[in-house]
Amino acid sequence: MDKILVGLKRVVDYNVRVRVKTDGSGVETDGVKMSINPFDEIALEEALRIKERGAATEVIVVSIGSAESQQQLRTGLAMGADRAILIQTDDSIDALSRARALLEIANREDPGLIILGKQAIDDDNNQTGQMLAALWGRPQATSASKVELDGTHARVTREVDIGLEIIDVDLPAVLTVDLRMNEPRYVKLPDIMKAKKKPLEEVPLADIGIDPSPSLKETLFEPPAERQKGVMVDDAQGLLAALKDKGLV
Amino acid sequence: MSKVLLIAEHDGSTLNASTAKVVACARQIDGAEIDVVVLAESAASVAAEAAALESVKRVLTVENAANKTAIAAVLAPQIVALADGYSHIFGPSTTFGKDLMPRVAALLGVNQISDVMSVEGTHVFKRPIYAGNAVVTVEAPADSILVATVRTASYQAVDGGNSAVVESVDVNVELPTHTRFIELQAGSSDRPDLQTAAKVVSGGRALASAENFDLILTLADKLGAAVGASRAAVDAGYVPNEMQVGQTGKIIAPDLYIAIGISGAIQHVTGIKDAGTIVAINKDEEAPIFEVADIGLVADLFKVVPELIDAL
Ligand SMILES: Cc1cc2nc3c(=O)[nH]c(=O)nc-3n(C[C@H](O)[C@H](O)[C@H](O)COP(=O)(O)OP(=O)(O)OC[C@H]3O[C@@H](n4cnc5c(N)ncnc54)[C@H](O)[C@@H]3O)c2cc1C
Ligand SMILES: Nc1ncnc2c1ncn2[C@@H]1O[C@H](COP(=O)(O)O)[C@@H](O)[C@H]1O
Repeated sequence: MDKILVGLKRVVDYNVRVRVKTDGSGVETDGVKMSINPFDEIALEEALRIKERGAATEVIVVSIGSAESQQQLRTGLAMGADRAILIQTDDSIDALSRARALLEIANREDPGLIILGKQAIDDDNNQTGQMLAALWGRPQATSASKVELDGTHARVTREVDIGLEIIDVDLPAVLTVDLRMNEPRYVKLPDIMKAKKKPLEEVPLADIGIDPSPSLKETLFEPPAERQKGVMVDDAQGLLAALKDKGLV
Repeated sequence: MSKVLLIAEHDGSTLNASTAKVVACARQIDGAEIDVVVLAESAASVAAEAAALESVKRVLTVENAANKTAIAAVLAPQIVALADGYSHIFGPSTTFGKDLMPRVAALLGVNQISDVMSVEGTHVFKRPIYAGNAVVTVEAPADSILVATVRTASYQAVDGGNSAVVESVDVNVELPTHTRFIELQAGSSDRPDLQTAAKVVSGGRALASAENFDLILTLADKLGAAVGASRAAVDAGYVPNEMQVGQTGKIIAPDLYIAIGISGAIQHVTGIKDAGTIVAINKDEEAPIFEVADIGLVADLFKVVPELIDAL
């Protein structure tokens, strides 16, 4: 195959304990560490491995977001992607619009495979890949932990609630990856320097004809319900007594 | 009035427990009239189970050899063909629903509300974001169909005893052949199902090997509990992936959850927040799991777990 397209979303780093703003208008993101969505790093790693095996010739990373997403795209280039596309918007657009924007790029680039994360760890939506596959009229293989390419099709192992499901899909297809697919490589300093010279194209969202106003309104952000502070017991006997007290054993 | 279409989850012969929880959510919508659709090769047994669920008005069956296994790209156009006249289409937030429902939403040209945890109005719902660190209220436009998945851990299954009408329906849509089911590798286990069990015992990285994880299995068996695990335990290969609890594993709400040798990372804790009683056994008194535990025991698991097994 020629090209693999990978979606990279800029998100609050997974180690950050996110707090809700006191006025309920959103979550605190000022001065917070931002990273590539961890699932997307795995998506990119898989694309790079496919290319390194000779089964693809170019890996393109795409991000939809503000100019700051260039940082994550540069990291993707440093990991080994060949070029990057930023679909630029300062609005927080919804999943369907994101899928439509990715579809525009898919139509333009005609990739053999699109690899996304199974979910973005900020909105925890788990939808974009499925929506993109639907709009593109192509197969989807979500929550993938293994992919074997065979010319015109791919055999994909999916992590499902009761175990592992194996499906076979015609290419091109959309893959969304789970955490156990691979372990992403570390970026080396010389690669960061090299990445500065790689092409990063900016496309304003408006230029591809997508309405940025979200159809779903997020009206209030609240902290989750707290659990009451519990009791400490000293040993196994104490634990059993406490459980008996609650009628649990 | 709201007309809600629920997509039944099943394995070809039995209805998955998630469906009764989705009904529990859907009936919170004011004036909801609830239909359940069973897409299957042969739907009779699943449809009979769905028809027994309280609050269900009708069960629709769509029988087709192509529906033998659940392939999102095959099921989605059939659901879209049935969507006319419904105000809402709901599915469970299980791997089945997560795979399928966004595909339905995109074909209908609408967004999806993922993981509904409470109904605030016919088009207003709450859902968790940032691994459960925040809860957002989402409002969908009232003039278009609303597609959502339901966070099953937030709901108690509705009772049985109903006898809704069952109707077979035809959908005339072309189905894609670009996706083929090959096989399912399901761990066979006599233990209770992790997603519905009243008690769950989970082990983490501290177990240090698959052999040691037998301690967790033995304790679970003594308690009649299902077995869960942290991502670290799954990644290390102590147990298979279907046992993972948390943000990217299963979100569960048992009456009793016992976390053994699990630190309590936010991604793990988000999967157990709705448990009735959380017990933590960890040798580090600073472990974050103790912040959410109702009963905590600072101890070496290799000492206390055998003691618990002996005492039970
Ligand atoms: C995007 C993303 C999604 C994730 N999703 C999930 C998810 O769904 N589920 C999940 O679980 N994790 C998830 N994680 C991983 C999560 O962040 C943690 O790394 C993981 O939960 C840690 O597992 P653990 O508690 O078993 O291991 P550790 O954090 O290593 O904790 C081991 C604990 O065992 C204790 N211990 C050690 N020896 C003993 C002993 N002899 N007796 C008693 N206690 C002992 C230690 O004090 C420690 O607290 C995710 C991470 C990311 C980035
Ligand atoms: N703004 C974005 N830019 C690039 N890729 C994205 C964006 N939003 C979502 N994606 C991709 O879609 C996946 C699923 O996201 P979501 O459906 O929002 O949970 C992510 O892991 C990314 O690969």
